[in-house]
Parts: sequence; structure tokens; C-alpha cells
Amino acid sequence: MREITVAQATAEALMEEMSKDPTIFIIGEDLTAHGGIFGQFVGIPEKFPDRILDTPISETAIVGAGVGAALTGMRPLVDLHFADFITITMDEIVSQAATMRYMFGGQSKMPLVIWAPDGAGLSAGPHHSKSFESWFMHAPGMKVVVPSTPYDVKGLLKSALRDDDLVLFFQHKKLFKFKGPVPEEEYIIPLKKADVKREGSDVTVVTYSMMVHHTLSAAKRLEKEGISVEVIDLRTIWPFDFDAVAESVKKTGHVVIAHESWKVGGVGAELASQIQEKLFDYLDAPIVRVGAEHVPIPFSPPLEKRVIPDDEDVYRAVKKVLEEA
Amino acid sequence: MSDIDKSTAIKLYRTMVRIRVFETVTEKLFLEGKLPGFVHLYIGEEAIAAGVSASLRRDDYILSTHRGHGHTLAKGGDMKKMMAENYGKVTGYCKGKGGSMHIADFSIGMLGANGVVGGQFPISVGAGLSIKMRKTDQVVVAYFGDGAANRGTFHEALNMASIWKLPIIFVNEDNQYASTTRKVRTLSVEHVAQRACAYNVPGIRCDGNDVIAVYKAAKEAIERARRGEGPTLMSCQTYRLKGHFIGDPEKYRTHEEVEEFWKKEPIGRFEKIAFENGWLTEDEKKAIWEEYQKEAEEAVKFAEESPYPDPEEALKDVFVNPLE
Ligand SMILES: Cc1ncc(C[n+]2csc(CCOP(=O)(O)OP(=O)(O)O)c2C)c(N)n1
Ligand SMILES: [Mg+2]
Repeated sequence: MREITVAQATAEALMEEMSKDPTIFIIGEDLTAHGGIFGQFVGIPEKFPDRILDTPISETAIVGAGVGAALTGMRPLVDLHFADFITITMDEIVSQAATMRYMFGGQSKMPLVIWAPDGAGLSAGPHHSKSFESWFMHAPGMKVVVPSTPYDVKGLLKSALRDDDLVLFFQHKKLFKFKGPVPEEEYIIPLKKADVKREGSDVTVVTYSMMVHHTLSAAKRLEKEGISVEVIDLRTIWPFDFDAVAESVKKTGHVVIAHESWKVGGVGAELASQIQEKLFDYLDAPIVRVGAEHVPIPFSPPLEKRVIPDDEDVYRAVKKVLEEA
Repeated sequence: MSDIDKSTAIKLYRTMVRIRVFETVTEKLFLEGKLPGFVHLYIGEEAIAAGVSASLRRDDYILSTHRGHGHTLAKGGDMKKMMAENYGKVTGYCKGKGGSMHIADFSIGMLGANGVVGGQFPISVGAGLSIKMRKTDQVVVAYFGDGAANRGTFHEALNMASIWKLPIIFVNEDNQYASTTRKVRTLSVEHVAQRACAYNVPGIRCDGNDVIAVYKAAKEAIERARRGEGPTLMSCQTYRLKGHFIGDPEKYRTHEEVEEFWKKEPIGRFEKIAFENGWLTEDEKKAIWEEYQKEAEEAVKFAEESPYPDPEEALKDVFVNPLE
């Protein structure tokens, strides 16, 4: 099968959907000159010049415009440039877009995708390295997608664009150049469905985005030591595929949850809580979480490495969950 | 004959050269792979920080941007600590936690460079309010780009600064581009100072590549603020001669365009006037460039010889009192 990058998969998903649905358009900063700052929209400005709009640096109005357009018959994808800037637009996302349908008694739809590159590891410093996905799980009204491979990016972005609800779509900055197999034929991946990225029998690691790759490399190392790790890529963190998690937990009895964003109050906290509420009898050891230290993301490489989890942290967490059994 | 004195002229020139040398050395280091992260250079825009800072005191405040090296240097920043920060070393201004985009020096009133475009506007209002409440005659300078003028924070801050007559000089560095996007596509007016009327503050447009013009305009605005007469919005027209960040593919403009603007760059332009006025000789010029070249080389040596922070340093500085 041909291999393409995450950036190319992103552009392909958009081009295919835009060809079929004239109401889809892209809005955000610095989109047309270089096809997006991560090359995620290369080819689109030439193919759909009127449907990819460069905006002023006005995040509040950019997201708000997405909300208004979605309410009135369009299907916008808003590019937030860096996930860090989502803090500027919290009212538009949380109080407006995510609340409207409920508040207005089910009258409205919100076919809006908020797309943002997140993640650390590039020494981009405290203002360009954050991951905020857990916030959008905490507040109701949002579907949150955090894919890890070109195949998943393409299939899930197509679903997100077809969905009638607000979807937050976070792609890790370090993965845009990551290559993987993507078929030429059209396919779609439904939102919410998790994917077993590696089968195993001793420990379940539930993860997503960048940490999927770190987990897969830790799993290889652990295999040499005779430890069999099952890697579940959630892909969508809200609503999430509890059935897939449960099936694996019932098999292994040991759970590690790994994400790059802060451990405190993170996605792992909610997952761990639900797993122990519903599957307590299947657990042979306390759940171990892997996440960032509770500090802003620093610039200097040795500091950033200390704060952000990697394969070594997953490796140690797996050892720990087995030791505590 | 210009109407500024020789010592002021030389001060302006020295600041511009000091910035240019630091930035040129930084660019070289980055291209050699020695600096992590992203670096935004101030080359071509030196006249603005130099012209504004010449009338600032040590206890005045500045708020800076992602393109902030020039602002810090002009305010009296220490090249060694700046360079060490660019490297991510523990001897840097922020112990390596901030990097090039987040240099701060609270000892000289430099309240920080901001990675969030437009993050500085509301903070400048708070600094101005504090000055007013503490009844001092300090002033605040908030530097910002043409792109930043479109953030909602700009509008909210200008209105508040105006109603409370706060001692703030909003210095717009209009370098024609916000990253890949040409100003004319995103700004509703021709230049940012036209927006001053909406907030009932003086709006001044000046040639940002003419250090004397910037100096004069800023001096007047700063004196006005010190007298308690309120904020000013200044728009300085300039041009970003380098990419948005080092490594920018720059597909949004032509080489010819950039070459044209190199002909108008502020340092060469000032040198011509300085020679004509007898402020500067060739020998003096050479000595000034050499002096800063030496300072920059020493800064690089200092940075290279400095250690990286201990990884555990990453867990410190979140709180004054961590309640452990
Ligand atoms: C709120 C926010 N939006 C977007 C960005 C990404 N970004 C960084 S610099 C920049 C362009 C800024 O343009 P301008 O204000 O003109 O300053 P210049 O870079 O030209 O000095 C953009 C879009 C950001 N850092 N912060
Ligand atoms: Mg600009």
C-alpha cells in the first residue's frame, strides 16, 4: 500500500470531502501561502481558492465566525494555528458552540470542526507546546478526536467533517511528517471507535496521539523481556470506546493509561475512574497513569524532556503495574 | 543639518548596531544547529526599539513580542543572559525555561516577551494602572506588530487606557506582514494609527526605518504620558528583512521585494546622515561595530561554556510558595 504523511492525509481528507460537499470551507491564519504552517492543506488553495480563507489574527472572531456559519448551513473547519491559542476562544467553543443545541432545546446543529496542532517536543516553549484535550472532555457538548497515524487522521477527519456536532480535532505537531500506509480507495473511520494497535495479554496500555508511538516502542522492548502489551489507541477521547477498553482489561487485568498532556486532571483520571467503577473485579493491580509533570512546558531540551513523557515512562509504568499485582 | 545632538545620534546608532550584531550572530548560530526551537529576528526593524528606548528610563516598563530581542537589548538587556537563554542554558534570563520567544528582565522593567500575539496589550493596561495608583511618573511601552492590531485585546486595551488616561505608548511595528500574510489583506485601515480616533487617543504615523523620526515621535509621546496626559498610539512603518522565523520558506514574497527594502534599511540610512552631519567618522563606525561584535562573541562563549539546566529544574518556579 502507498505511504503518505499525516499532513498529506489531512489534506486528502479535506479535498475529498470538499469535492462532495460545497458547504465545507476552511478558515484560519496563514493557510494559503504555504498550505498551512505544517503543510496540512497543501493543494487546497489551488483547488478550492474560494473555500480556504486567510484571516486576521483574531481568534475570537475566527471561531465565532465558524459557529455562526455552522448555524446557518455551512460546515466550517476552523484552523487554530496552535492548540495553545484555543484558550482565547473558550467562550465561543464552550459556552456558545458546545451549549447551543442543548440550550435551544435541540433546534440547532453545530457541524463545526475546530482543528488544532498540539503537543510538545520541539522546544517551542511554554506558549506553543500545550495539549488541552482533557478540558473539552470535561465540559459537555464536544466530540474530541486525537489521532495518531495518517490512516486514522484521514478516516476520522472525514467523519468529523460529516458529523452534525461540534468536533475538536487535535493533531500532534511532531507527527505531521510521520508516514504510514493509506489506501487509495475511499474509507471512513467512525468517531468513537478505538483501535487495537498491538495485541497483547499481560498489560493493557490505553493511549492516543503521540503516546501511541512511544507506547509501541516500549511494547517492543517489553516483549524482549517476555511481557506482552496490548496497545489501545482510543483515537476519540469523548465519547470514548469503553467497550474496547473493557474487553482488553478483562483479558489482561493490568492497566496503564498514557498521554502527553498533564497527568493531573487529565484524560487518564476520567478513564481510570470509569475503569475502576465498572471493572474493579477484573483489576489485578492499581491503574498506573503516565502524563506530563504539573508545570508549563519549558523550552530547553533537557527540561522539556523531563516534563513530557516518552517510551521510557511507559516502559516503567508497565513494569510498575506488574510489580504491584 | 538635523536638529538632534551628536550624543543622542550616537546613542541611537549604537543601539541599532548592537541589535543588528546580536541578531546576525543569532541567525548564524541557529543555522549551524546550535539553538533549539524557533527564532524570530528583528533585522531591519532596529530603528524602532532604538528610537523609543532612547527616551525611556531604567524604571519604565516595556512589554515585548515573539520578535523581542531588539526590545530587550534597547532597554539595556544583557547579551550574555540573552544568548544563554537562546541556547536553553541555565545561565540564561529564564534559566532556559522560556527561550528566545520569552526573554524577560524585571530588573530593567522588561516585563517579558510574549509568544501569544496580542497577549501584551491587556497586561500593559495593568502596568499603566499600577503606575497611576502608585503615583509615579513611570511609563509603559507595549510593542506590537501589524498583525497583533487585529486581536480583540488591542481594542479592549486601547479603550481602557484611554478612559483612564494611562501612561502607555502603544508602539506598532508595521513590518507589512504577519507571518505569511500581507498586511493589506487583513488590516481594515492603511496603517494602525488610523485606529486612534476610535479610542480618542493621539495617533502618530512615522517612518520606522528613520531612527530620528521614531526618536522624536516617541519622545513626545513618552513625555506626554509622564505628564499624566494619557496614552498614544504610534505606528512605525518598517519591513521585516528576514523570514518570519529562521527557516521560513517565504513563498509569500519575492527576493526582489526584499532586496528593495534592504536599500532602505535603517542602519545604513542613518550612517549616511551621520557622516553628513559629522556625528560619525569611518573609524568610529568601525570601532562601534567591532565593540558589539566582541560583546556578541563573548556572549556566545559564555552561553556555550554554560551548562544546561539540571532536569529537576523543570519542576521549580511554578509557585512562590508551593505549599509542599
Ligand atoms: C494569538 C496568536 N495567534 C497566532 C499566533 C501565531 N503567530 C505568531 S507570530 C504571528 C504573526 C504576527 O504578526 P505581527 O503581529 O505583524 O508581528 P511580526 O511577526 O510581523 O513582528 C502569528 C500569526 C500567535 N503566536 N498568537
Ligand atoms: Mg508584522
